[in-house]
Amino acid sequence: MRPYVLQGHTRPLNHVLFNAEGDLLVTAGKDSNINLWWTDNGVRAGSFDGHNGVVWTVDMTYDSKMLLSAAGDSSARLWSMETGAELFKFQFNEPARASKFSVGEKLAAVSTDPFMNSKSAIRFFRIAEDPREQSGEEILQLTGPVGRITRVHWVDGNRTLLSSSEDGIVRRWDVETGKCVAQETLHKKQISDIQMSADGTHFITASIDSTAKLVDTQTFEVLKEYKSAAPINSAALSPIFDHVLIGGGQDAAAVTMTAAKAGYFEARFFHKVFCEEFANARGHFSPINSVAFSPDGTSFVTGAEEGNVRLHHFDADYFTTNWDRV
Amino acid sequence: MAPAQGGIVLTPAEEKMFEGQPRGFPFGDFDLADVMLPEEDDMGIPSGSDDEQEEDLQTDSGFGNVLVVDNLPSVGPEKFDKLTAILTKIFSGSGRIREGGLFHPMDEEKKMSKGYAFVEYENAEQARAAQSALNGYQLDKVHKFAATLFDEADRLAKVSEDYVEPEERVYTPSENLMDWLSDKRGRDQFVLRYGDETEVCWNDAPRQTAESVYKRSFWTDTFVEWSPRGSALATVHRQGVALWGGKSYGRLMRISHQGVQRLLFSPCERYMLTFSEGPDNRGRPHFVAHIWEIRTGKRLRTFDGPHEEYAVGAVARPDGGMRWPAFRWGGGGVGGDKPVYLAHMKRNAISVYEAPEMAMLDKRSLKMEGVEDWDWAPGGDAVLCAYQTEQGNLPARVVLTRLPDREELRQKNLFSVAGIKMTWHPQGDYLAVQVDKWTKTKKSTHTNFELFSMREKDIPIDMLELPNKGEKIHQLAWEPRGHRFAILHGEGNRPAVSIYNMKDTKSSTPSHGVTLVHSMTGKACTSMHWSPAGRFLLLAGLEGGHNGTFEFWDVEEMTLLNAGEHFMAQEVAWDPTGRCVATILNAAAAMENGFQIWSFSGQPMYKTPHDRFFQLNWRPRPPSLLPEEKQREIVKNLRKYSKRYEEEDDALLAQADTEFLAEREKQLNEWRAWVESRKAYSEEREAFAREQLGERAAAHDRFQLQEVEVSVVVEVKEEPAKL
Repeated sequence: MRPYVLQGHTRPLNHVLFNAEGDLLVTAGKDSNINLWWTDNGVRAGSFDGHNGVVWTVDMTYDSKMLLSAAGDSSARLWSMETGAELFKFQFNEPARASKFSVGEKLAAVSTDPFMNSKSAIRFFRIAEDPREQSGEEILQLTGPVGRITRVHWVDGNRTLLSSSEDGIVRRWDVETGKCVAQETLHKKQISDIQMSADGTHFITASIDSTAKLVDTQTFEVLKEYKSAAPINSAALSPIFDHVLIGGGQDAAAVTMTAAKAGYFEARFFHKVFCEEFANARGHFSPINSVAFSPDGTSFVTGAEEGNVRLHHFDADYFTTNWDRV
Repeated sequence: MAPAQGGIVLTPAEEKMFEGQPRGFPFGDFDLADVMLPEEDDMGIPSGSDDEQEEDLQTDSGFGNVLVVDNLPSVGPEKFDKLTAILTKIFSGSGRIREGGLFHPMDEEKKMSKGYAFVEYENAEQARAAQSALNGYQLDKVHKFAATLFDEADRLAKVSEDYVEPEERVYTPSENLMDWLSDKRGRDQFVLRYGDETEVCWNDAPRQTAESVYKRSFWTDTFVEWSPRGSALATVHRQGVALWGGKSYGRLMRISHQGVQRLLFSPCERYMLTFSEGPDNRGRPHFVAHIWEIRTGKRLRTFDGPHEEYAVGAVARPDGGMRWPAFRWGGGGVGGDKPVYLAHMKRNAISVYEAPEMAMLDKRSLKMEGVEDWDWAPGGDAVLCAYQTEQGNLPARVVLTRLPDREELRQKNLFSVAGIKMTWHPQGDYLAVQVDKWTKTKKSTHTNFELFSMREKDIPIDMLELPNKGEKIHQLAWEPRGHRFAILHGEGNRPAVSIYNMKDTKSSTPSHGVTLVHSMTGKACTSMHWSPAGRFLLLAGLEGGHNGTFEFWDVEEMTLLNAGEHFMAQEVAWDPTGRCVATILNAAAAMENGFQIWSFSGQPMYKTPHDRFFQLNWRPRPPSLLPEEKQREIVKNLRKYSKRYEEEDDALLAQADTEFLAEREKQLNEWRAWVESRKAYSEEREAFAREQLGERAAAHDRFQLQEVEVSVVVEVKEEPAKL
C-alpha cells in the first residue's frame, strides 16, 4: 500500500474531498490554494486560483462540474471544475468556513465566523442552473451559536441542516423556519469535523477533546465512542466496511515536548462496532487535519499540517480479510 | 451615720463594700425605665436567662479542666492526710493542679474518705492528658483508678434512667477478604497509581494484558499500600487511613490520624502503626505514632514526643529526625498465632511492647549498652538481633536475643569495627552481618561477613571473606526459600556478582558451611533481585549510565536465561509467586512513564504506558497453608501437576476467548439491528436524492472508469538505414 504523496501545498491542509465517482480529489489549504488531482495516479489535474486567504472547506456537485469553496478572505466562490475558472463570488464581511451544497444542488449553505461586531451565521443561497444567472442574494440566515461553525450538512430531504461548532455542540436547524430545533453537547471541546455515513443514518464527529463519536442522525444519540491520546481533527466512515478512519495528533506547539512516536500522527483505523484500533498508517510528521474515504471505499486520503497529502489505495488483502474476526 | 447620698442611707458595712466605686454608688435614684432595654430588642447582647442556651452553656461549664478520679482507697482520718499527699503527687504527674484544686471528700458520718476525688488542672489539655494517664493506674493490688473528665461524668450522670432497647442490628456477613486468591487461573493482582487514578488489575500474563478489576479517581491523597497478607488495601488521606478489601473494594475500616505520613502493618495484619512527624509548636522535631487494632479500629497506644529519645544510633537522621522505620513489628509466629511485639530502640536499650495490650514487656526495656542498630528476625520468630558498639574495654558485639524470655541465643564479639550491616534471610533462616573493620593504619576498612545459621543447632557462625577484602560491597541478597545468597561487589560501574551456598542439599550427605558457587565479573548491574520463589536472580542496571538493562539468571544451572532492556526503568518488583516481574518507569522521569511485565525467564510479556505513573504494588499473598512436606512433595512431582493445570489453563483461556468472541458477536448483531431499524430513513433519503438529481444520478450509475490507450503519431521521418 504505497501511498502517493501529493505535494501541492506549501502550508497546512484544511480539507480533502473525493468527488462522487472517486476519480477526482480536491485539496484545500492554508496557502489559499485549491488543487484538483486524479486519484488513480496522483497527478495534479489543475488548480483553482483566486482566493487570497485560508481556504477552509470545499464541496463539489454530484456531477463534478462545479466546486464551492469557503475561505478566510471573507468569500465563498463557485468554480468550474472543467476549466478551473471562477464562476461566482459570494462576498461577506466575515471569514467563511463551512460550505455545503444541498442534495440536488439547488441551494448552498455557507457558514461565516464571528468577526468584529458580527456573530457567527449560516447563510443560504440559491444556486442557479446557469452560472451566468447566479445571484449573491441571501435567502436565509441562521444565527445563534457562539463561536465558529465548523461544518454543516443537509439531511432529512433538505429540510434540516446539521451544524457543528467550537462549543462542542451539534445543532439541528429547520431550514424553512430558520429555527434551531434540537441541540446536543457531544464534546467537551471544539468539534473539528463531521462526516456522514453512506446511508445518512449516522455521522461521525471529530473533536480536539481526543474523542470521535458515532451519532444517530435523527436522535443525536451517541452510538459509539473512539478514544485517542491526542486531539482528533478529522474522522471518516468507510462506505463498505465497519471501519472508522481517524486523523489528528499532538498540537503543533506541544510536538517538540514529546517523543516522535508519541505525537500520534498516524492515520488510525478503528473497528466501528468494537471501537478498537486495528491498524494505522504512518507517514505524516505533523497532525493530520483532514481525512476522507473514497466513495467506493477502495482508497483513503489524509492531509496534514506539514502540507503533504497522502493518497492510499488499499491492498487486495484489505478486501479479503474478515475484519470482524481480527 | 454617713451623709445620705441621693436619699439612700448606707451602712458602714455597705460603704466598705463599695469602696473605690464612683460617688453615689450604688446609684439608687434612677428611673428603672431609663435603663431597661426596649422590649423585644436585645441589642445583640445575648441574655443569660434564655433557656435554649442552657445546653450550650453546659459544654462550656468551665469544668473542662476537672477530672473525677474514682476507685481510691477509703481510709480513716488517721491515714487521710497521708493518702491526700500521695494522691497529690500522683495527680501532679500529668499536669499542674490548681491552687486548692484537689477535692478529696471525707464522709463525716462514717469517718472514712469517700473513695473519690475531684482534681482541677490548669487547663483542659492537662486534664485530658491526666485522664489518659490516670485511667487504669494501678495504685496497689486492689485499687485501679478510674479517671473521667468532669464534663464526661456529667454527661454520663444525665443518661436516662429508662432503658431503651437498642435497635437490633442486622448481621451482614462481610465480604470474603481472600476472594482474589480463588481466581480460577491463579493470577496475581497489582495496584497502579497514575494521574488521579488508582486501579487494581489482574496480571493476565498469558493473554499479555492487565485486566482492570477496580478503578477509582482520587482514591488516595498520597500513596496506597497492601496489607502484608494482601487482604486489604490502605489509602492514605490527610485525615487518616482507610482500608479497603473484598471483591467490591468496599471500605473495611477508617482510622483517624491527622496528617499521617507512613504506615507499618504488623506481619500478621492484625495491628497497624500510623506515623506522622513534623515540627511541634516550638519548631522542634516531633512525631506521633498510633498503634491500632485493625479489625476493630481501636487505638491501642500512642507514642509521641520529641525525637531525642527515639532517634538514636542508626535510626537517627543527621537532621535530628528518625529514619523510618524506627518502630518495628516482630514475632507473631508463621501462622500468626504467637504473640506479636512492637519494639523501638532507645539509648542503651530496646523497648518491646506486646500487642494488643501494648504494655512494655515485663515493664522494663531490654538493656543494651551502646546499642547502635537492631532488627527483628523475619518469619515470625520473636528473635531480635542487635549490634552494640565498643564500650570501654568491652568489645563490640552482635547479639541474638529471644523474647519473651530474653535469652541470648548467640553472640559474637567483634574488634575495631567501623560499621556493620545486618541482612536477614526473608524467612529468617539465616542472618548475614557485614562487618567493616579498620585496618591497622585506621585509614581504610576491610570487609568480612559473619553468617548465622538460625535453623542449625546452637546457631553456628561462618566467617566469609571475599578474595579482595578491601572491595566495596554494594549489596547482599538472600535467596528466598533457599540457602544461597548473592553479593554484588567491586569498584567502578561494572561490579562482580558472586553466588554462595550455605548448605549443600544436592549431595547425599547434606553438609553445612559456606561455599562459593559462581562468580562473574563486569556486570552492568546496580542491584540484584531474587525471585520470591528462589532460584531465579534478576540483575538490574538501573541508574549510573545503565539505563534499565536486565539479566535473568537461573542460579540452579548458572545459566543466563535472557537479557532485556526497559529504557530508563527505575524500579523492579517481583510478583509474590515469582512467575512475573515488573520493571517500572515512574513519574520521577519526564517521559515514557509506565511499566513492563516480564516472565521469570526474561520474556517480555506486555508493556503499559501511563502518564504520570507513580506506583505499582503487587498484592501480597498469605503464607501457604500446606505443610512444608506437602509443598516439597508438590515441587518433586511438579511435572504431574503442571500437565493437569496447563490443560485447565488452556481450557479456561479458550473459554475466555469464546466469551470474548460471543461478546463481539453480540455487539455486531446489535449494530446490524440498529442499521436495520434505520432502513426506512435510509431508503427515503436515497429516493429523495435520486429525485433531486434526476438525470445526474442515472449518469452516475453509468459511470465507469475506463483505461484508454491513445497512440498519437507525432512525426514521421524517413531515413536511410546505414549499414
